[in-house]
Amino acid sequence: MLAFVLTLVLLLGIVIVLAYAERKVAAFMQDRMGPTEAGPYGSLQSVLDVVKLLQKEDIVSAAADKKLFKLAPILIFAAVFAGFAVIPFTPDLIPAGIGIGVFYLLAIISLDVVGLLMAGWGSNNKYAMLGAMRSVAQIVSYEIPAGLAILSVVIVCQSLDFQEISYQQGALMNRFPGLEFETNWLFGIEALGIDTTRIGGITTWNVFRAPVLLVAFVIYFIASLAESNRAPFDIPEAESELVAGFHVEYSGFRFAVLFLAEYSMMVLVSLVAVILFLGSWNTPLPNIGPLQLAYWTTGTVGGLSGMLWGGFWLLSKTFVLLFLQLQIRWTYPRLRVDQLMHLCWKVLTPIALAVVLLAGIWRLLMI
Amino acid sequence: MERREAIQRKNGFWHVVKSLLSGLRLTWRHFLNADKRRQPVPVSDASYFKQPEGLVTLTYPYEAIPVPENGRYRLHNEIDDCIVCDLCAKVCPVNCITIESVKATEEIGMTSDGTKKRLYAPVFDIDMAKCCYCGLCTSVCPTDCLTMTPVYDFAEVDIKNMIYHFTDLSPEQAEEKKQLLAKQQEEMAAAKAAALAARKQG
Repeated sequence: MLAFVLTLVLLLGIVIVLAYAERKVAAFMQDRMGPTEAGPYGSLQSVLDVVKLLQKEDIVSAAADKKLFKLAPILIFAAVFAGFAVIPFTPDLIPAGIGIGVFYLLAIISLDVVGLLMAGWGSNNKYAMLGAMRSVAQIVSYEIPAGLAILSVVIVCQSLDFQEISYQQGALMNRFPGLEFETNWLFGIEALGIDTTRIGGITTWNVFRAPVLLVAFVIYFIASLAESNRAPFDIPEAESELVAGFHVEYSGFRFAVLFLAEYSMMVLVSLVAVILFLGSWNTPLPNIGPLQLAYWTTGTVGGLSGMLWGGFWLLSKTFVLLFLQLQIRWTYPRLRVDQLMHLCWKVLTPIALAVVLLAGIWRLLMI
Repeated sequence: MERREAIQRKNGFWHVVKSLLSGLRLTWRHFLNADKRRQPVPVSDASYFKQPEGLVTLTYPYEAIPVPENGRYRLHNEIDDCIVCDLCAKVCPVNCITIESVKATEEIGMTSDGTKKRLYAPVFDIDMAKCCYCGLCTSVCPTDCLTMTPVYDFAEVDIKNMIYHFTDLSPEQAEEKKQLLAKQQEEMAAAKAAALAARKQG
């Protein structure tokens, strides 16, 4: 219960910051100023937006399928929020440390699609229905390259446990029960004979210890943009062309929940990318001889310093990815629907399959 | 043929990556330049067209680009110089100027350019909400008392406040002047009648 409340508070905080950052970053990239009036530099703008949304009338259209319409936002948010349960925030803080975290996450995120269809269908509005169908088609398609990219990480790490995957990517690897006698080799190639287990830092991040995962990371990142309906894959919402896609009929609190779910999805996919590819809560600084940078910037596991360092590294890496998502939104034009499907099925999926194969071979080199 | 070759040359994987990166570089450059601001300099300034970097937003009520000193926006009437000739009201294409005049019983004074003033203006109203800023009234004004000023921000909540009253007479004073004129005219009429009667007798 405590983990639920803490995660929710943390998530709300991040989403508020992200919504503000989105407006400010967008403004700066277009040589505008963004919000300036509410609070210093407009920093209270997103808080005020939430307050405004909560004051709005909760409209349920007369012809809507009321049960589905009312349930959909809750289901969508619950599906995304449930994904946070298996995210390890620090070396010893994870809301639910289950052994099949990766599998659980992929499964629970897929529920999102049901919520989207419910929202689109329940609105009894053809635009909402079309938006929902586009959104579902896109998310279901892009789950395949994303899933394959994740699969290649699972092959390399031989684990479905997010915490175990996290421990493998740092100097603390041997502290994890079951990994006491494991060794990390430079680029994961044992034949090179360079032991990086105690060096840690960036040399043990998944993208570094099995460079083939760099390709997997790019595939996962592109697919994650599509899964969270972000530009350049935002045809379901396309605020400059369509009204809003599946949530066109929502107002007030229900809209706020959908909005929250959308931003939570962005945060979640970035967190997963960081955990699977970019070293999770591990520091990027390696130990170099007597300069024990990795240990200095990791703190003591189980203590407060370990918590703070872990949280700091995880969140700062996540914010870098989130910033990249924002920048991509304000840089690239939207893909047409046929281009979208072309990219998914004819480009990303074959490459992802090849990466899975290569990851399997790489795993053989690592032992 | 040439075009197809060009397309093929630009379509390779690395070209696409390069163009994607150059797009990111562009937005990144603008993001980094966000600490700079465009300066609110007047158009006469040499740097007006030479500020390619930084945010272009003008936070208007807090700052404004200075307008030229001879900007022609809100009308102003210098009532001391006005001879109440009514030319401006006649030329106005949108009828935004309302003038009532009362003849003075004697000369009131002189305008700054030496014209004698013989009329009072109990009403000299300009409805700025109607004004179309054509400037015809200022060009016909014989004493140059009606001018356009560089003031452009004079929006009002109540549209009645857009009617500007330029008269220097209070309603009581105006009434007094009217009575003075009526009295003088009566006296003159009486004097005329007396003179006429005297001529008849003589």
